Amino acid sequence: MKVSHMFHSLALVGALALGSFASVAQADVLANITKANTIKIAVPQDFPPFGSVGADMKPTGYDIDVANLIAKELGTKVELVPVTSANRIPFLTTGKVDLVISSMGKNPDREKVIDFSAAYAPFFNGVFGPADVKISKPEELAGKTIGVTRGSIEDLELSKIAPSSATIKRFEDNNGTITAYLSGQTQLIATGNVVAAAVNERTKLRSLSVKFLVKNSPCFVGLAKGETALQTKVNDIIQKAKKSGALNEISKRWLHASLPTDL
Amino acid sequence: MAYHFDFNFVPDYAGMLAHGIGYTLGLTLLGGTLGTLIGIGGAISRTWNVRPFAGLYRCYVELFRNTPFLVQLFLIFFGLPSLGIKLTEWQAAILAMVLNLGAYSTEIIRAGLQAIPKGLIEASESLAFTRWQTFFYVMLRPALLKVWPALSSQIVITMLGSSVCSQISAEELTFVANFIQSRNFRAFETYFLTTAIYFALAVIIRQALAAIGRYAIARRPQA
Repeated sequence: MKVSHMFHSLALVGALALGSFASVAQADVLANITKANTIKIAVPQDFPPFGSVGADMKPTGYDIDVANLIAKELGTKVELVPVTSANRIPFLTTGKVDLVISSMGKNPDREKVIDFSAAYAPFFNGVFGPADVKISKPEELAGKTIGVTRGSIEDLELSKIAPSSATIKRFEDNNGTITAYLSGQTQLIATGNVVAAAVNERTKLRSLSVKFLVKNSPCFVGLAKGETALQTKVNDIIQKAKKSGALNEISKRWLHASLPTDL
Repeated sequence: MAYHFDFNFVPDYAGMLAHGIGYTLGLTLLGGTLGTLIGIGGAISRTWNVRPFAGLYRCYVELFRNTPFLVQLFLIFFGLPSLGIKLTEWQAAILAMVLNLGAYSTEIIRAGLQAIPKGLIEASESLAFTRWQTFFYVMLRPALLKVWPALSSQIVITMLGSSVCSQISAEELTFVANFIQSRNFRAFETYFLTTAIYFALAVIIRQALAAIGRYAIARRPQA
């Protein structure tokens, strides 16, 4: 355990050092992409519905669709590079890939090392329930029964904001929480949008539609530091895809929900 | 052994812990009482082969003694709503406790009834006891007295088993422990305390049941 930790940190230090050289060497990644007529994009393959390996052994998912969309708009070929959540940032900083589209959230630590585009996918914890239930803020949970997985982020957040007359039923795991909702034991549940999408895909017993967000952490495309030309281009493409509805199509396909308007 | 125990969180959660203890005791009290009554009914039906109850009880006992308590609980809480029977977690927990204990106590009490010598029953008849008197004074009461320690143990086991009711969000003692642990991450202290509480509850329930056995069941009938 200790040894592997040390190895990881060494690898990271090495990666960061190399990264700073690499960015000097290739000052304009966008120019390189255009010259090579290929964009290398890191995508996940272990995190459905954002990225997984399909029946044809090719990566498939929300992030892959976005990667293809960006390549198409740039007018270049795309080379998908499978990464894990641990190595995706080193892949970017060492110049092995041009973009990381791997359901990555923004946080200050990451912002020190890489840059981010505009948000391209929703990722949040929220309160979900039947489509016909009119609830849009925590106060309206009064008198309602909400299922939640004990100790999860949504449990901790909801416990703070729910009115005292709301009943929060806490279950051991996501499975218990979902089953309680599907069997009608709770009126609503608090969970992640990805979980809700997976439930909606697998069962028609009781649908889940979002009522309000409890904690929001959308996904961004990661870029090497200082690549403003590429950043502007990617942001333009995302903006355009939001307007044209192309991104909404991807959201509906993989998350079974429309793109939130405030993304 | 550098671990430092820190029980500072206890006062903050004292109310919740008390609630959990109350919930567990409530489950045990109701489950124990109703379960024992079901057991008495089952033992009588099976000993005298009362139709159709003897057959029904036989199926019920086999079903509940050969399946896990947790699965019974899930079946009641998550499964029955599909048939339109929606029970709250409290009702589901009670029902599962009663049915589970009922199955075990049927067999325990039946063993007691079967251990009554036939000669004793014949003797009571020759002494002109009514059927009811024979049943109550010569059979049921001595039988219960004989199996009381075994029955007490089963009730304590059921009380300890009630910890799995936390899985259906019933807020009993284990639920409270898991809740506290998920907030302060003081797993060792939390479960240490919970273990001590369960132990104390088990000892208290055992003593209470022993007292009931001594005073309520063993007491000689008023002449």
